[in-house]
Amino acid sequence: MANDRFLLSRRGLIGGLTSSSALLLTGCGESQPPTYGNLLRMGDNFTYAMQRSLLSPTSLVREYDRSEVTSMPATGTYDPAIASTGAHDPEAGRDYAVLRKGAFADWRLEVTGLVDRPTSFSLADIKRLPRRTQITKHQCEEGWSAIAEWTGVPLHSLLTACGMQPSARYVEFYTYDKNADNIDMIDALHPQTILAYGMNGQDLPIGHGAPLRLRLERQIGYKSLKFLRRIVVSDRFQDLGNISGGWAWYNGI
Amino acid sequence: MSTTGEFERRGHSRWVRLTHWMIALAVLVLLYSGVAILMVHPRFYWGQAGNDLMRPLFEVPLGPNYHTQQFSAQTPFLTGPGGAATADRLAEPWNQNGWARSLHFLGAWAFLFGLAAYLTLGTLTGHARQRLLPRRGELTGSALGQDIKAHLTLPMPAPPPGAPYGLLQKLTYALIVFIALPLMVLTGVTMSPAIAANWPVLLDIFGGTQSARTLHFFSFSVIAMFLLVHLMMIALTGPVRHLRAMIVGA
Repeated sequence: MANDRFLLSRRGLIGGLTSSSALLLTGCGESQPPTYGNLLRMGDNFTYAMQRSLLSPTSLVREYDRSEVTSMPATGTYDPAIASTGAHDPEAGRDYAVLRKGAFADWRLEVTGLVDRPTSFSLADIKRLPRRTQITKHQCEEGWSAIAEWTGVPLHSLLTACGMQPSARYVEFYTYDKNADNIDMIDALHPQTILAYGMNGQDLPIGHGAPLRLRLERQIGYKSLKFLRRIVVSDRFQDLGNISGGWAWYNGI
Repeated sequence: MSTTGEFERRGHSRWVRLTHWMIALAVLVLLYSGVAILMVHPRFYWGQAGNDLMRPLFEVPLGPNYHTQQFSAQTPFLTGPGGAATADRLAEPWNQNGWARSLHFLGAWAFLFGLAAYLTLGTLTGHARQRLLPRRGELTGSALGQDIKAHLTLPMPAPPPGAPYGLLQKLTYALIVFIALPLMVLTGVTMSPAIAANWPVLLDIFGGTQSARTLHFFSFSVIAMFLLVHLMMIALTGPVRHLRAMIVGA
């Protein structure tokens, strides 16, 4: 009898462990960035929690003078239409090549999810929204940095135009170079978080994410996704690839 | 009030042993992950910005990315200041920053807590003032000269582990715990875009993101040299008793 009980409880224990690890592994629809039991990801979440509690949510990054603009290499995917660059998606690459040939006249940014008015914006539509120009420093995780002037629409203006719902907690970005990522509302509503279509007074070059890229100034460069195609407003955290791919999701440092 | 006699009875105090090993472990993690991060971009600059299209202050011949980056021809930005340009990077460089950066920041938290505890207790207990800083009148040219000469001749001076420390020992420990280690924290957080946004004065103190990165490297070099000399001195002057004093105390 004692043995039976032991077996039963062991079976219960195994079942419990399996279902809880299944919860850990899904990674979708979490309310916090998942760690998958990885100590490094727990450290990332600790840094995220500490920075969010110790730093002002509205602090602005320093802005520079035009005379301080520097050279800036285009790294990662420098052209989604070329199969040899970075994370390539053949289908998205073909779509991108067609759009680029038409000078992005047929390009659309889709905004869906928790918004009252899901909208498909053309580049001209976006340029009619409020505009912000900022000269800021791009800091790459590799260790280099560059100063450039960015012109675009503040993300909060775009979300307001679409009627963002109060339950929104994360904003997800999907791109033509097979990247996807999300940010929390503190970053999404920050005044310097813009969707840039201009760089140093000209149209955003292909290598820097034409026709539209995110500028997320208080995080490391790889959070500022290039070649945007779709934005989804969500109330749940989804691991869109960084964390399962072995990279930190929050990069305030 | 700690005296030499008390030290001989009890050895290193418990908090000194605890924070020493906590900081030591964190420093090893930080050195390992820091070198991996450095290998991704082994170039140093001065000021706010610096990248492959700009002239470096110096380069470290370390790892597969040293002088191997391939870029397309440069295209000038029309409105940038003289010569500001862009170029496409044609091949992905060696990069282990996925784990190296996260491990570095995990180590940095342990380092920060250990160092904060050490400096707080060191100040409150008088440990720093009584044992690490030279006493009034102790720091003279002739005393320093004598201590240097004593360290250049064998056998090395080998007093019992712990305080009282010699003059060179005091100066070295003080340089490391009051200057180099705190400088690592300050130059490190200056490179954080979120922290620099909150306290932009950090950028002014160190002259910019890239200056802070360069000073972070210089400070690292000092700490790495200290670590080598520290281990060498322990090996030369009775490693077993030194280790016992730092692990179990007496």
